[in-house]
Amino acid sequence: MGDFFTVELLTAVLRTATPLLFAALGGLLSERSGVMNIALEGFMLLGAFTAVAGTYYLHDPFLGLLCGALAAAAGAAIHAVWCISLRADQIVAGIALNLLGAGIPIFLMQRLWEQAGRTPSVEKLPMIASGVSILVPVAFLLVPVVWYLLERTKPGLRIQAAGEHPQAAESVGIRVSGYRYACVIASGVLAGIGGAFLSIGDLSLFTRDMTQGRGFIALAAVIFGNWNPLGTLAATLLFAGAQAFQVQAQAAGVGISADLLLALPYLLTLIAITGLVRHSRPPAGLGRHPTVD
Amino acid sequence: MSAVADRPRTNSSGWLRHLGLTVVSSAGAVAVALLLGALVILASGQDPVTAYRALLSGAFGDRRSIAETLVAAAPYVLGGLAFAVAFRAGLFNIGIEGQIVIGGLAAGLIGAADLGLPPVLFLPLALLVAALAGGLWGAIPGVLKSLSGAHEVITTIMLNYLAFRLLTYVLTKTESWLPVNPQLQATEPVQPAARLPILLERTRLHAGVIVAVLAALALWFLLYRTTWGYRLRTVGYSRGAAAFAGFSWGRVVTGAMFVSGVLGGLAGAGETLGLHGRQISAPQGYGFTAIAVGLVGRNHPIGVVLSGFLFGVLRSGATKMQNTAGTSKELVLVLQGVIILSVAAFASAGRLRAWWARRAQARQAPLGEATTIGVEPGSTPPV
Repeated sequence: MGDFFTVELLTAVLRTATPLLFAALGGLLSERSGVMNIALEGFMLLGAFTAVAGTYYLHDPFLGLLCGALAAAAGAAIHAVWCISLRADQIVAGIALNLLGAGIPIFLMQRLWEQAGRTPSVEKLPMIASGVSILVPVAFLLVPVVWYLLERTKPGLRIQAAGEHPQAAESVGIRVSGYRYACVIASGVLAGIGGAFLSIGDLSLFTRDMTQGRGFIALAAVIFGNWNPLGTLAATLLFAGAQAFQVQAQAAGVGISADLLLALPYLLTLIAITGLVRHSRPPAGLGRHPTVD
Repeated sequence: MSAVADRPRTNSSGWLRHLGLTVVSSAGAVAVALLLGALVILASGQDPVTAYRALLSGAFGDRRSIAETLVAAAPYVLGGLAFAVAFRAGLFNIGIEGQIVIGGLAAGLIGAADLGLPPVLFLPLALLVAALAGGLWGAIPGVLKSLSGAHEVITTIMLNYLAFRLLTYVLTKTESWLPVNPQLQATEPVQPAARLPILLERTRLHAGVIVAVLAALALWFLLYRTTWGYRLRTVGYSRGAAAFAGFSWGRVVTGAMFVSGVLGGLAGAGETLGLHGRQISAPQGYGFTAIAVGLVGRNHPIGVVLSGFLFGVLRSGATKMQNTAGTSKELVLVLQGVIILSVAAFASAGRLRAWWARRAQARQAPLGEATTIGVEPGSTPPV
C-alpha cells in the first residue's frame, strides 16, 4: 500500500471531484434560494453535449464551453419558469428536465452525426498539468467565491432570506422570485460547466448518459454538506476520494469491493439525511412560495 | 405535493365534472407534447406525419406489434401504480427504478434456483418473493420518513443507486453461492416452471400483462373500498388528520411505501420471469417513465392502466419510427419530459387562476384590511 497514495491518486481525486463540485455548487445556490433542484443530472448532460457540439462547429473549446453553459442555463430557465412562475411541483419539473436532458442530446446526436452512441472527437480545453484540466482549479476557486457571495454580500443574504422565509423576505421588499430565477439559472450554468468538464475537459467527446448519475451524487454532496459551501466541498472530496480510491484499488488488485466503495456516497447521504450522525438542516423555505396560493 | 393531486369530492354531481376535467387535462397534456414533438421533428428536417404514422403502425401494425405494445405496457402500468399508491399517501416516490431492480433480482435468483417445484407452486413463489423483496426495499424510505422525517425524494434517489450497486455486486461476484453468471453479468436462466407463460404463440406476450391488470384492480379495491385505503388517502390530503383521527401517520406512510415497493417488485419480476428469462445487470429506466405514467394517469388505478398503455405504445412504436422514418427513438424520452411538464403546467393553471382571482379581490378590498399570511396549504415539505 506504500506507493498507493501518490500524486496519481491525488490527481484522480481532483479530477473526479471537479464535475461534482461544479454541479453541487449550482445545486447549493438553487436550494439555498428555496428551489429544489433534482435536475442537476439533466443540466450536466445538456452542458456536456452542447459543449462538444459547440466546439465541433465553432472550432474553439472555450466557445464550446460557453455553448454548454448556455444550453444548460436554458434548461434551468425552464425549471425556473415552472417552479417559480407557474408554481408547479418542483420535483415533477425536475424529473421532466432530467428526461429532457437525457433525450435531447441523443436525439440531436443522431440528427447531427447519425450515430446514437458517441459524438466525433473534438479539441479539448487546455491542461495546466498532466491530466489536470484548466477547469479543475476553477471549480475549487468557486468554493470560497460562493461562500463569500452567500455569507458576506447583500445579494447573498437576500438569497438566504428567500430560501429561509420567502414571505418575510417579500414583506421587506426583497424580490424573492428574481433572486430565485438568478440562482436556478446559475445552477444550470454551473452544472452545465460540470458536464462540459466531462466531455471537453477530461475526454474529448460526448457519449450517451456520460454523467452516470453524477448530478445525483452532486445533490447528495449538497445534502451531506448540510447546504453549506465548505461542507459541500468536503462531501465532494470524500465521494470523489472513494471513487478514485476504488479505481486505483481495482488496478492494484486490492481485495476491496468496488461496489461497496461506489455505494459510499449514497449510503453516507442516506445516513446524513436521517440525522443519525448529526442534525441535517435544509433551508426552511425550500419549496415554499412567497405568497399564499 | 398539491401540484397534481385532486381535491376531495364535494358533491355527487361534482365527480363527473371532475372526471371530465381530469381526462381533458391529461389528454391535453399528451396532445401538447405530441404537437411539440411534431415541431421538433419538423425542425430537424423530417416529416412529422410520416414519423407518427410509422410510430402507430409500429405499435398496432400487426399481431406481433400489438403483443410488443402490451409487453412494453406491463412494467409501465405496475410502475405507475407503484408511483400512484405512494402519491395518494402524499409521498413522492422516485425509487421505483430501485424497487424494480430489487424485485427483478429476487425473482431471478429464486427462479434460477433448482427447487424442483411444479409451475403451480414455483411461479407464485417467485412472484411472492419478488413482491416481498420489492416491498421491504420500498418500505425503507417510509420507515426513515416516519422515524426522522427524512424526505422521501432524497432517500429514494439514494436507494436507487444503492440498488444498482447491489445488483452489480450480486451479479458480478465470482464464486458466488447464488445462481449467477458473472461473465454474462446476469443470473442463471430462470427455470421453466417459474416462467410467466406466453399468452400468444410466436410473440413475447407473457402473463405479466395479466399481473399488471390484476394489480390495478386490487389497488383500486384497496384504495377505495378498505379502511386502509381510506386512511392512506386521508393522510395524503392532510398529514395532521391522522393524528386527529387517532391513527398512526408513520404506519400509514410505511404501509403505502411497502405496497408501492410490492408493485415495483412485481414490475421487475414481470421483466425477469416473463420477458428476459433472467435478471440482467442493466437497469432499464422504466422506473422514471413510471412517474410520468402515474402523473398522466392522475394516480388513479384505472387512469394508470390507460396511461401505461399509452406509454407502451410510444415505446413499442418508437423503434419502427426510427427504422422507417429515420426519427430517433430518443424522441420518446423528450416527449415524456414534455408530457410531464405540460401535466404540471395544466395542474398549475387552475391554482394560478384562483390565486390571481384572490389577488384581484384583495386589491379591491379597503386599505388596511388583513390578508392571510402564513404557510400555504399543501406546500411541499422541505427537502
